[in-house]
Amino acid sequence: MYNFNYHKPKTVDQAVELMNSCDDPKILSGGHTMVPTLKQRLAQPSDIVDISNIGGLSNISLEENGSRLNIGSLSTHYNVSNSDTVIQKIPSLAYLASQIGDPQVRYRGTIGGSVANADPSADYPAALLALNATIVTNNAKYQAEDFFVDMFQTPLSENEIITNILFDIPVTGAYVKFRNPASGYAMVGVFVAKYNSSVIVAVTGAGPKAFRLSEAEELLTKSFDVNSLSELKIESDGLNSDIHASSEYRAHLVKVSLQDAVKIALK
Amino acid sequence: MKLVKMNVNGSDVAAEVEENTLLVDFLRDNIKLTGTHVGCDTSQCGACVIHMDGQAVKSCSILAIQAEEKRITTIEGLANGGELHPVQKAFQNNHALQCGFCTPGMVMSAVDLLDKKPNPSDEEIREWLEGNICRCTGYQNIIKAIKEAV
Repeated sequence: MYNFNYHKPKTVDQAVELMNSCDDPKILSGGHTMVPTLKQRLAQPSDIVDISNIGGLSNISLEENGSRLNIGSLSTHYNVSNSDTVIQKIPSLAYLASQIGDPQVRYRGTIGGSVANADPSADYPAALLALNATIVTNNAKYQAEDFFVDMFQTPLSENEIITNILFDIPVTGAYVKFRNPASGYAMVGVFVAKYNSSVIVAVTGAGPKAFRLSEAEELLTKSFDVNSLSELKIESDGLNSDIHASSEYRAHLVKVSLQDAVKIALK
Repeated sequence: MKLVKMNVNGSDVAAEVEENTLLVDFLRDNIKLTGTHVGCDTSQCGACVIHMDGQAVKSCSILAIQAEEKRITTIEGLANGGELHPVQKAFQNNHALQCGFCTPGMVMSAVDLLDKKPNPSDEEIREWLEGNICRCTGYQNIIKAIKEAV
């Protein structure tokens, strides 16, 4: 690991000010992607800005009118999966968080870090798309559909910090993941969310970025039932193909996972 | 270099280290507690699991400086004098180790599990140990030991 200067600011403003004065700063929260990246010398930041001491970024609450769930960016996967509010309002999101990595990783990894990293095999991007999430930073708000631009690419500017993420609360929903047995990342993950008059289906792990399946959404909006999906064909063009799974296999997994997700959502 | 202070197994410790020092190296090289092992060094295997503020975490993926002012427990801090911790005792009773390399991490994860879920099912134990890899035992006796320690 290359060396760096280390800072631990107490407020978002301090952190941004600090980063603006550094050559090539990087943000650290749980560090369970950043530290391995540094160890492999895949990054050589001049400064590490540890935001874990910033207060007020790990709250989980309902918006005042009760319509959306608000999760602070420093909330760990462990806290999201065990939060009574999340379990009560969006159990599928709590379940998703409980499936990330392993228990030790879930104690450290944060939702903000995962979202900012935009790993195409991470779990959260599927939830953010399916739950119409709004990503709030120190100076902007992004809709999830505009946020996952490409593999590891987001519209976040250099020194921008995610403060919290707002989620719509569906009538019902489910997340089904086919995990890579070695890494725990999603080879394919499908999040289905049913609202009063619409359905969103979002897929992670299968392509270079998380994406929505509009054809499946139309079918399920007409009738939210596994049988509605019988004619659905998932094209393998553009899906990832690697040593773990071919694009054809991933396309197959998308359909099977979606069918399972609909069954779970209907339970 | 930075002076990093934390509490390890009940004692306040401090050492001047480079910013890029990992917590596991701080514990092994600076504090000379070599019970915490480095297996894979890529956050997969769990040989380096310790407790930080009461949570089992992988010390190979945490900077020493991130543990500033934290309360750390390592495998050396579990026994009460000459008396083994119930989980250590159960590992011994059930032959839950062969080479022993993964054992410190296994035990630290198991202690955390029983702290969070005092009466786990077999499935919950297996799920909880997903981040701890053992290449000798096939896990059966580890599960048996943890059940005995309940």
